[in-house]
Amino acid sequence: MILSILAATPIVGAVLLALLPREPAPHHRAKYVALGVSLITLVLSLVVMARFDQDAGGYQLTEKHEWIKVFGAYYSLGVNGIGITLILLTTILTPIVILAAFGDRLPDPKSTNAYFAWMLAVEGLAIGAFAATDAFLFYVLFEATLIPLYFLIGSFGGPNRSYAAVKFLIYNLVGGLLMLASIVGLYVISARQGQASFLLSDLQNLDFSTNTERLLFLGFMAAFAIKAPLWPLHTWLPDAAGQATPGTSVLMVSVIDKIGTFGMIRWCLGLFPGASDWASPVVITLAVISILYGALLAIGQDDIRRLIAFTSVSHFGFIILGIFAFTTTSLAGSTLYMFNHGLSTAALFLVTGMMIARRGSARISDFGGVQKIAPIMSGVLLVAGLSSLSLPGLAPFISEFLVLAGTFTRSIPAAAFATLGIVLAALYILIMYQRVMTGPLKAGNEGVSDLDHREMASLTPAIILIVGLGFFPQPLLNVINPAIDEVISHVGKGDPAPKTPVQIDAPATQEGGHE
Amino acid sequence: MIATFASATDLPPISAPDIEYSLLAPVFIIAGVAVLGVIVEAFWPRSSRFLVQAGIAVLGIVAAFADTIWVFVHLDKLDGSRLARGQVAAEGALAVDGPGVFAWGILLIFGLLSMLLFAERRLEGGLSGFTGRAADAPGSASEAEAIKHRVEHTEVFPLALFALVGMMLFATSNDLLTMFVALEVLSLPLYLLCGLARRRRLMSQEAALKYFLLGAFSSVFFLYGIALTYGYAGSFRLSDIDVAVTNRTGGENMLLAATALMAVGLLFKIGAVPFHTWTPDVYQGAPTPVTAFMAAGTKAAAFLALLRVFFVAFGGSSWDWRPIIVAIAIITMFLGAVVSISQTDVKRMLAYSSIAHAGFLLVGFVGAYAGSQDSSRITSTSSILFYLTVYGVSSIGAFAVVTLVRDSGGETTHLSKWAGLGKTSPVLAGSFALFMLSFAGIPLTGGFIGKWTVFSAAWSGGFWWLVVIGVLVSALAAYFYVRVIVLMFFTDPVGEGPTVAVPSVLTTTVLAVAVIATLGLGIIPGPLLDLAQHAGAFVR
Repeated sequence: MILSILAATPIVGAVLLALLPREPAPHHRAKYVALGVSLITLVLSLVVMARFDQDAGGYQLTEKHEWIKVFGAYYSLGVNGIGITLILLTTILTPIVILAAFGDRLPDPKSTNAYFAWMLAVEGLAIGAFAATDAFLFYVLFEATLIPLYFLIGSFGGPNRSYAAVKFLIYNLVGGLLMLASIVGLYVISARQGQASFLLSDLQNLDFSTNTERLLFLGFMAAFAIKAPLWPLHTWLPDAAGQATPGTSVLMVSVIDKIGTFGMIRWCLGLFPGASDWASPVVITLAVISILYGALLAIGQDDIRRLIAFTSVSHFGFIILGIFAFTTTSLAGSTLYMFNHGLSTAALFLVTGMMIARRGSARISDFGGVQKIAPIMSGVLLVAGLSSLSLPGLAPFISEFLVLAGTFTRSIPAAAFATLGIVLAALYILIMYQRVMTGPLKAGNEGVSDLDHREMASLTPAIILIVGLGFFPQPLLNVINPAIDEVISHVGKGDPAPKTPVQIDAPATQEGGHE
Repeated sequence: MIATFASATDLPPISAPDIEYSLLAPVFIIAGVAVLGVIVEAFWPRSSRFLVQAGIAVLGIVAAFADTIWVFVHLDKLDGSRLARGQVAAEGALAVDGPGVFAWGILLIFGLLSMLLFAERRLEGGLSGFTGRAADAPGSASEAEAIKHRVEHTEVFPLALFALVGMMLFATSNDLLTMFVALEVLSLPLYLLCGLARRRRLMSQEAALKYFLLGAFSSVFFLYGIALTYGYAGSFRLSDIDVAVTNRTGGENMLLAATALMAVGLLFKIGAVPFHTWTPDVYQGAPTPVTAFMAAGTKAAAFLALLRVFFVAFGGSSWDWRPIIVAIAIITMFLGAVVSISQTDVKRMLAYSSIAHAGFLLVGFVGAYAGSQDSSRITSTSSILFYLTVYGVSSIGAFAVVTLVRDSGGETTHLSKWAGLGKTSPVLAGSFALFMLSFAGIPLTGGFIGKWTVFSAAWSGGFWWLVVIGVLVSALAAYFYVRVIVLMFFTDPVGEGPTVAVPSVLTTTVLAVAVIATLGLGIIPGPLLDLAQHAGAFVR
């Protein structure tokens, strides 16, 4: 019941906001209602976390009701360590985003209610998608997130927003529809083998022929690879992030895109382990290309928002690499990376959004020397930027290291090329920081003021978490690891046996060793 | 049966036909109310006739719907390998079975909603959306006089009810002659209704003429097909034809020609490519309430007839017709989706969208998955019944929105005039956006579940690759639905922009029902799906 309440709270809040009468600027009531609802959700998610037994493993806090009998679809929720981590990410980021969005200048100020209502809708649907243990329910929620994001980008973004919104929607819809074909296939196959059911636990017991499994896998993977986004299916992201408001970008990149990588773990690896293994060389190659390509393009960007979007393409490459390397280390790293990348990208999008709002331009070349007049802002940008380049001591470092360490045992070339991404990351972040913040104050930047209290209040939690998890990631890893072990044992591809005779922690399973 | 050789003077006894009145009562009610409407038209004073006509039409449909529920509940369950319920009635002319009675139900709902749109009089300053005197030449002095005296055609209600009777019979015909008669009964009033628009009368008359000529043409094909089928099977009864087809009693060529010609007639009515060319012109020219009625009702009735003919009569030769229907389904989906992208008129766009939907429905049809007694898997028939319900309700809702967006010349159907509608009237634009999302098949709307059901029926029938093509075309189709949303919500109005008329409670009711049904069938589709599944297969 608690998971339903958790997912329903933001949705109810969104409906409430939509029904609230419009008020004159500065729309305080709508803003505080939205913030209040997101904080209640955060508290609820902490309650969920407290009731989650991290040692027990498996799916917990489950609920199950029949939904559409003919389809075998159930309203079935449950969280494992991976799901709860991402739910926590969602509930932490939403209040941060809402608080930061108080100052957004919307194209049509009358639509403030709608702006925050759509944000809450995104939060509720995302929580539902992370908690769904029924493939049909997951699909419905996964696709339904498109609608609020579409309106968020299209109604509230920059001048080119409607193009970006349509591109976003069509790209994701194509992927989603391919997944729909696979869902239909799952239904027919499960109905042929007895009673139709979309429950994860029932689907895992289905027998597929090799080719069927591969085709169904491709349908799911297409949706997740577009969402995540994996090169060469990433081109919607820079456009969408370049036009959306900072808050929308955070919800899109940090939360919704995570459903893609999350879906790879829960649905691709969970339902089609054989096909995932079959596809892994191609996916790993694409992931490495994503890492390098995203990083190289990020270096070349002049628009700060597009730059962050491309860094995300690069980071998603790391996450996907870790997932398809099939080692406990890399998979745990990927899951942790989803959380950390969410935080660091949120901080980056929000602080640069504040800079852009003050300067009236998103071009790096229009900035210069801002450090002198806005020291706090530049400090926040530095910390967020350094976390994005995985500086040791900041949270993403741990996860990136785990991904690479795990990948090395599986494929040395992939890991070696991926490591280059770290070097490139240093380039794109530091060059950007240098051009924007250091040097003499450039003309036109005089009006850039430092962060005010509200903005600091919204960014502080993110910065604290980035630093805190950089030194002490263990609590989160303790939650994640049992779930990762289950995934790895389900995939049936144990960690590769170490080639050096040094006795480290002996892996539990020895089969499937890698040459 | 007649084996006695009686003498020429001694006529064989003619027994009165045995009609199951209780089963067929819904059809009789509608037919009776339609006749009553004609009588009212002759004798009731003009001043209050409109209200009386609208009133009895609505009451008649409600009564017939209530009776339909009773009939559906009391259908006999049949033994056999498949779930089926119902019986052949009226000496074999009609098959009152689960799918047929389900179709009656949805046709009556579509009819009821359309009658409410027909009866809307607030939008034209107290007059209905139909021309005052159809016999006047557009722009003539006598037309001006008719307008001055506020003359109204109240025959539209009985005409629509006759069309509704035709649809109901078409959906349940069990022999080809009855089917042909039903086809004409449903078509002729619609031809007439198409030409009765109050505004843009020339266009409306052109639409009526086009529809009539092409419709008559396709009827001839259908009739020729019936003749050849009779030549092949020696009977009009679908079950007899099935026996003949299964045993391959006649020549192969005759069967193929008969199948093809019957298919032309039926595919014309559902608006499948290449027999779709009437759709955009007729949808655009006809008075919008009539378009709504046609889009929902004709499509549903014609699909039922198509299913019945091909599953019951030609079920034994499905290997012959399935490849062609697959090709037609692909072309129909694709052409409908692609061409609607370039449309600038809302009604034409909705017409092409209806073509695309005919394609998606055909995908469910070619699956030809009939299910079995013990399996609960979605069958082709139940998937199409569900899809037709969702599509019909959303269509009527979308056309209801079209009647409300107006300028001084009546409805403004040019898409550019719809720019910024979301800012001036968010509720109306929001409901139209909801219908568009449902057409596009986005989850949490009925359209998504509908699409899902037809795709799963196709997959069950072994056409998984058709499902893949179907989802890709869906993405293409989504583009133009989304374009309308972009226009309404993300674009600033050009010039003065449209005014949104305030409707009376009638159109408001239609809109509310359509919105609730579109959302409701997306979130809790279970009960209706169960009902459609419960209807079972066709009886023969």
